[in-house]
Amino acid sequence: MSLAPDHAPTMARKGLAERLAPWAPVLLVPVMVLLGYLAIPATSSWLTLTVSGLAMGMMIFIMASGMTLVFGLMDVINFGHGAFVSIGAFVGVSVLIWLGGMAGAPSLVLNLLAMGAAAIAAMVVTGGVGWAFEKVIVKPVYGAHLKQILVTMGGLIVIEQLIVVIWGPEEIFIRRPETLQGGLTFAGAAIEKYRLLAVGVGLVLFLAMRFVLRRTKIGLIVRAGVENGEMVEALGYRLRLVFVGVFIAGSALAGLGGVMWGMYQELITAHMGQEVMILIFIVVIIGGLGSVEGCFIGALLVGLLQNYIAFLEPKVALISNIGLMVAILMWRPMGMIPVVKAK
Amino acid sequence: MSDPILRLEGVQTDIAQYHILQGVDLDVPRGKVTMLLGRNGVGKTTTLRTIMGHWRAKAGRITFDGADITARPTPAIARSGIGFVPENMGIFGDLTVEENMVLAAVSGRIDPARRDWIFEAFPPLRTFWKGPAGTLSGGQKQMLSIARAMIEERKLYLIDEPTKGLAPAIVTTMARALRELKEAGASILLVEQNFAVARALGDLVAVMDDGRVIWTGEMAELAGDAGLQERLMGLSMEGGH
Amino acid sequence: MIATLLSGDAPRSRVLSVLLLVVLVCLALAPFLFPGTRSLDTAARICVFILLVASYDLLLGYGGIVSFAHTMFFGMGAYGVALSCEFLGRSWGALAFGIGAGIVAAIATAFLIGLFSLRVRAIFFAMITLAVASAVAVLVSQLSQITGGEDGLNYQIPRALTPAFKFMEEPVFGVRMNGKLLNYYVVFVGALVGVLFLLRVVNSPFGRVLQAIRENDFRAEAIGYRVVQYRVAATCLSAAIAAFAGALYAIWLRYVGPSTVLSMEIMLDILLMVVIGGMGTIYGAVLGATLFVVAQNYLQELMGLAEGAFEGLPLLPALLSPDRWLLWLGLLFILSVYFFPTGIVGRLRDGR
Repeated sequence: MSLAPDHAPTMARKGLAERLAPWAPVLLVPVMVLLGYLAIPATSSWLTLTVSGLAMGMMIFIMASGMTLVFGLMDVINFGHGAFVSIGAFVGVSVLIWLGGMAGAPSLVLNLLAMGAAAIAAMVVTGGVGWAFEKVIVKPVYGAHLKQILVTMGGLIVIEQLIVVIWGPEEIFIRRPETLQGGLTFAGAAIEKYRLLAVGVGLVLFLAMRFVLRRTKIGLIVRAGVENGEMVEALGYRLRLVFVGVFIAGSALAGLGGVMWGMYQELITAHMGQEVMILIFIVVIIGGLGSVEGCFIGALLVGLLQNYIAFLEPKVALISNIGLMVAILMWRPMGMIPVVKAK
Repeated sequence: MSDPILRLEGVQTDIAQYHILQGVDLDVPRGKVTMLLGRNGVGKTTTLRTIMGHWRAKAGRITFDGADITARPTPAIARSGIGFVPENMGIFGDLTVEENMVLAAVSGRIDPARRDWIFEAFPPLRTFWKGPAGTLSGGQKQMLSIARAMIEERKLYLIDEPTKGLAPAIVTTMARALRELKEAGASILLVEQNFAVARALGDLVAVMDDGRVIWTGEMAELAGDAGLQERLMGLSMEGGH
Repeated sequence: MIATLLSGDAPRSRVLSVLLLVVLVCLALAPFLFPGTRSLDTAARICVFILLVASYDLLLGYGGIVSFAHTMFFGMGAYGVALSCEFLGRSWGALAFGIGAGIVAAIATAFLIGLFSLRVRAIFFAMITLAVASAVAVLVSQLSQITGGEDGLNYQIPRALTPAFKFMEEPVFGVRMNGKLLNYYVVFVGALVGVLFLLRVVNSPFGRVLQAIRENDFRAEAIGYRVVQYRVAATCLSAAIAAFAGALYAIWLRYVGPSTVLSMEIMLDILLMVVIGGMGTIYGAVLGATLFVVAQNYLQELMGLAEGAFEGLPLLPALLSPDRWLLWLGLLFILSVYFFPTGIVGRLRDGR
């Protein structure tokens, strides 16, 4: 009889669709790339734009990841997160200028060493500032969103102003290290070397973060804490320490993102953090507050869309991200990968 | 008998502007199962949560294993040897069953013998060991929640309504596992609405009403006196739900 | 009579009543008490900001919602008047149309943002308003053919509101009776009516529900109030009044530009005024805005003096430079939120 075989495929298809649902956000990235391919007439421009979109997305992800985890873990919304981006950029660029010899030498190894030193210095400083920021600004207002938003916004202003006091009010132009300037030509498309580096660093960081979150005990504690912090404490873990650790790591990552962003723009200003905060917010919201994977996908989408639209219709570029946010919130009101809170 | 493993003296707890606990006095002896009974909303869950430090007692004293834990932070209370099964089970749905268990083992290592014992008590946990805990059924989640508390030997187990809303077959599994735990000599403070389960497991009983413990005694005494049950809890032998 | 005007919400502190009365009298008689263009400009700016900050207080203080788009709504009102006067010509009709269009645009935008963000989580609102407001600010400076870009717009308003129009030949108490004076009173009366209207709103059943939601949205929902609808309504109302304040400002200045009506800095000023004055009181907006605008005018000069005094020392002059006044405001802001959350009005009421 054909009854059973008739029945079985429907069941399987239903199961498949259900199983695919969590992956739908991941599929959005190739869909976006494909849409870009269809909309952009020349393949070479499309390739250039795709790489720069991915590079931009990776950098936004690096800057945004800390913010989403901090929120997930302690329900703390940090409007001052952008300050770490600015600090990171200024510290990193200062180190690069100081290491001008290494950065200017026509040697990839020396250049990368200089970049590495800048990145490490930026991360150390922003990590330290993050630690202080958590202690002084954030800790007294745990559990009170309204005050959190106000106070962290105040913190952002103060830090920005202090940057101006230390480094002066002028924007600083910076050249990328010698061997990271210019681009390669691939299939007729010009691809900047620095963007390839940014994509590489972003990918490595994302994989490393995933490894830590999935394969280490501290990662388990963080993920469990995002879901149900109270139970994590009832199992004997000091969530507060974990949170401070995540806050510091997130600040350091924002600092790293700041250096990379500054080198990408070849220009840094004290309020650059406030500007990228807009993109960070959009990414964090559409990804699902608290989700690192969602943040990653959201960052890539924002990066790609912004680059495609900037090419097709420059004036709409900034609005396009708002449009993307609206579209995604209509589809999933809690963001692409909503984090289920147990409370 | 030796000193109790846990003692509450005049414990008062407020939640927002409500006085939930109004002076709880309770002794939980070592190596016995103490049932905490009472109608809904009399403060049983709040009592367990106050012991764990999730709510802070505003007055009174909580002594665990000879040490005052009233003001200790929750992680310290847990590490001093309490396994807690909360009312909402507190499963980490994003983590696998195995990862849930790894987190529960403070030492970071799961003792294979103990794991096998748990597998025997709760077979579904073996089947779904590598699967995400979020996809388990309600009964399986409850098994995981209790298994998490049992993964290491604790000085005291606090278990909040382990049979709530479960199918009868799973209630039986649950009761059998708790009996095994009891027979291994564990000290347990158990909140239970199902009187049949309570009667089968309990050595001692504390009945709460209106934020206080109003009666303590042997389970046998309460089980044998329908009038007393009626008076204390408004439930009869067939009671529970 | 007074109680009715104030919607039964008395200042409840003698010092506060006196201060409010002083502000009212000074603003009402500003052209006569403080002659001179700069003083009158300051007085008009105070009127506009009192209304703007009071409308923000409805959202933040009574609704417990943080918005970073309040300058956007303010700007919509201002640009409504500017664009309408620019493109429809110099007429009362154009002016009225501009005010109306600005207010409608603000309500529509507030409604959309509110629907999208408040439905899910109230904190989304803060983030989304920040994103949308900055996008709009960028858009305004990019669409320079229409909005004049960064340079802004100068436009003509009806002649009766300009200094060229004289309705009495002789000055009264030394003040020229011209359109500028009329213009000031348009702004003053507009702001006064607006503030009294807001007092009415916050003391209405609607206002009480809003406060109940602020205290405990979960319980308000459980009692049966539709939390999202109330919050969205508060957002729209607050946006409408902000747009009205923007229109008044545009009428007074006869100029709009991104830095005068749209910038993030103004948003921060508003936050500071409402926190310093006292959230959730409306009267706090009056005191906060007055104090702040006056300080803004004179504080920078004071800082310039201090910078000079410490010249030669390391770092200190840089910290005290008048350009760094935002640094001190930021610090003041953080300290106010921590140690002074009820603001001036809260303190005065406690200490009566």
